[in-house]
Amino acid sequence: MSNQPMGNQTNIWPLWEVFVRSSRGLSHVHAGSLHAPDAEMALRNARDLYTRRNEGVSIWVVPSEAITASDPDAKGSFFESPQGKDYRHATYYTKSEGVKHL
Amino acid sequence: MNAAPTPSHPARTDHSLDSFGDAAASATRVTPGNALRPEDIAIQTERPSDDVAQYALRLGDDSLVLAQRLGEWISRGPEIEEDIALGNIALDLLGHARSFLTYAGHAWGKSEDDLAYWRDEEEFRSAWIFEQPNGDFGVTIARQLVVAVYQCLLYARLVGSADSTIAAISAKALKEVDYHRDHAIQWTLRLGDGTDESHRRMQAALELMWPYVDELFDDDELVERVGEAGVRPSTLRAEFDAEIAAVLDEATLTLPAVPRARGGGRRGEHTEHLGYLLAEMQVLARKHPGATW
Amino acid sequence: MAAAPLQPVAAEASEEDRAGQAAFDRIIADDSRIEPTDWMPEAYRKTLTRQISQHAHSEIIGMQPEANWITRAPSLKRKSILMAKVQDEAGHGLYLYSAAETLGTPRDVLNQQLLDGKAKYSSIFNYPARSWADMGAIGWLVDGAAIANQVPLCRASYGPYGRAMVRICKEESFHQRQGFEILLELSHGTPEQKKMAQDAVNRFYAPALMMFGPPDDDSPNSKQSMAWNIKRFSNDELRQRFVGMIAEQVKVLGLTLPDPELRFDEETGKWIHMELDWQEFKDVIAGRGPCNAQRLERRREAHANGAWVREAARAYAQKAGQRKMQKAGAA
Repeated sequence: MSNQPMGNQTNIWPLWEVFVRSSRGLSHVHAGSLHAPDAEMALRNARDLYTRRNEGVSIWVVPSEAITASDPDAKGSFFESPQGKDYRHATYYTKSEGVKHL
Repeated sequence: MNAAPTPSHPARTDHSLDSFGDAAASATRVTPGNALRPEDIAIQTERPSDDVAQYALRLGDDSLVLAQRLGEWISRGPEIEEDIALGNIALDLLGHARSFLTYAGHAWGKSEDDLAYWRDEEEFRSAWIFEQPNGDFGVTIARQLVVAVYQCLLYARLVGSADSTIAAISAKALKEVDYHRDHAIQWTLRLGDGTDESHRRMQAALELMWPYVDELFDDDELVERVGEAGVRPSTLRAEFDAEIAAVLDEATLTLPAVPRARGGGRRGEHTEHLGYLLAEMQVLARKHPGATW
Repeated sequence: MAAAPLQPVAAEASEEDRAGQAAFDRIIADDSRIEPTDWMPEAYRKTLTRQISQHAHSEIIGMQPEANWITRAPSLKRKSILMAKVQDEAGHGLYLYSAAETLGTPRDVLNQQLLDGKAKYSSIFNYPARSWADMGAIGWLVDGAAIANQVPLCRASYGPYGRAMVRICKEESFHQRQGFEILLELSHGTPEQKKMAQDAVNRFYAPALMMFGPPDDDSPNSKQSMAWNIKRFSNDELRQRFVGMIAEQVKVLGLTLPDPELRFDEETGKWIHMELDWQEFKDVIAGRGPCNAQRLERRREAHANGAWVREAARAYAQKAGQRKMQKAGAA
């Protein structure tokens, strides 16, 4: 069964991922993708597509193929280790409950 | 001199930000913004002099006719992304047109729609380049290049207009036409220095558009009469030429050497194209005199 | 095509597929979201690719009936609104293509399916927009039906689809309102304007109700889509909910719906509407609607006329890339 997405070779313009910072002090957040011939046009297309309603003050565009993703099949070994490490969370420390400014 | 129009709406701040830091990060948070709108100009009571109104009418007609042309592109662009880009530019221009026409109309007790829909061809004051047909994408880009560079230079000066309404509208418009200029330059570079076919088409498009360039920079009596409220267009020419030369050079294109067209749009004498454009634009409104929409 | 129940894992399926299917089933059972790199059954991928791309095509083709009136809009304010709306539709098409692409089929392939007449899109856009009032009816009824359909899709099990729908639904809210206000203005206008408004509502009512798809007993794919948490409500459920909303709204407009059988049934708590002409629906879907040929021709023309532009931009990007590398090499 072919379960891996196909490549994008047949698109005449490559695919870009768009990240938008909605206002100062916030991170850029993934907004979606678009096609553009190059980075300059990708930025402009992103401005027209993803910020028509003042959604942003800054945009990043990244070629989709430049993104390295974690392996979804390795979910267990990759992401489950922090589970059980309750002591990393403030809620683990119950004896100090009720003490102010702590 | 008029008082600067102030937006009728209170500063529209966003109160939805009830959490801080990235908890509030969203790629879809929308706000209407605080820019000057045609509606704000409609409620102001200052009346321009007849001359200033005539001058505003020119500015409004230029933008209106071009917005109408660009509106024809929608759903026909070379790529959907470009449909959106051309739509944005058309919307900006339509906004400028509405503001200028609304202001001009104050002098004569007319609304933006009275002026847009109920004037005949010979009453329009737009220059010829704005009414030229879209042609292929290259022709549209050639027209955009000329217009956007011209409007950028013009509005940059009109920001200092002695008429505060014209100055305020120009300040809003300047930011937008600056983007139109960038859009036109980006595409001129890509079409000029893209493939052999695109180079050939872009050069042909420039040749087609260039006869209409000179008219933009013609001075006339009205410009003299409005004085500090306006800008003598001839004074923009040197900068225009320098900027265009630099763009065409980088795009491997040649400045056309073609004779100028006579021009006459500022006097209400137009090319054959404007009649059809207006017939289409006005047909519905004129079928229902007195109706509101 | 996707009528099979949750795909049984074939005996010869690899260990990996078996584990993938189990993880997939667990995510669906938890009502969580599937993301692009997750294992998913081939039928799920195909169903979603088809549904999302059809949805995208509908947005793109749906620009045409309204673009038809941009140049003739009767006031500059209406012209601005309509232009912004049609532009939004282009944007929505792109959000959806972008979601569909995460399933592995490039946009150019999806677009080619549309141009070749192999892909479907919402049949409503194959009806002509004859009058200005149609801009009102399309906004109120067509966008209204679309929103009723789309709001539950914000929770679709496929993450990118749900996220695209959230963005779209936020933007669509103005579309329906502007349509309603066009009709409101017309119905309070001159007698000709009111007549124009009623005529538009008469023409778009039944096609809008058909936008929810065939009746539940004739909708073979629905069950599977609901099992996969793509679809949350049945076609008939959504349809009767929508008809109930517009039955009230039409009173504010001072117009009527062309449906003598429309009533609220106290016993079942449901709205009853007239029998719809499903033969017409099938005909229009199959390409025999009033505007199918015209709509596709416009798309093909735009695509063909834009070929040299897309090619030029690609060539320029390559040249610019080479120049950059040479510069870096020389340095």
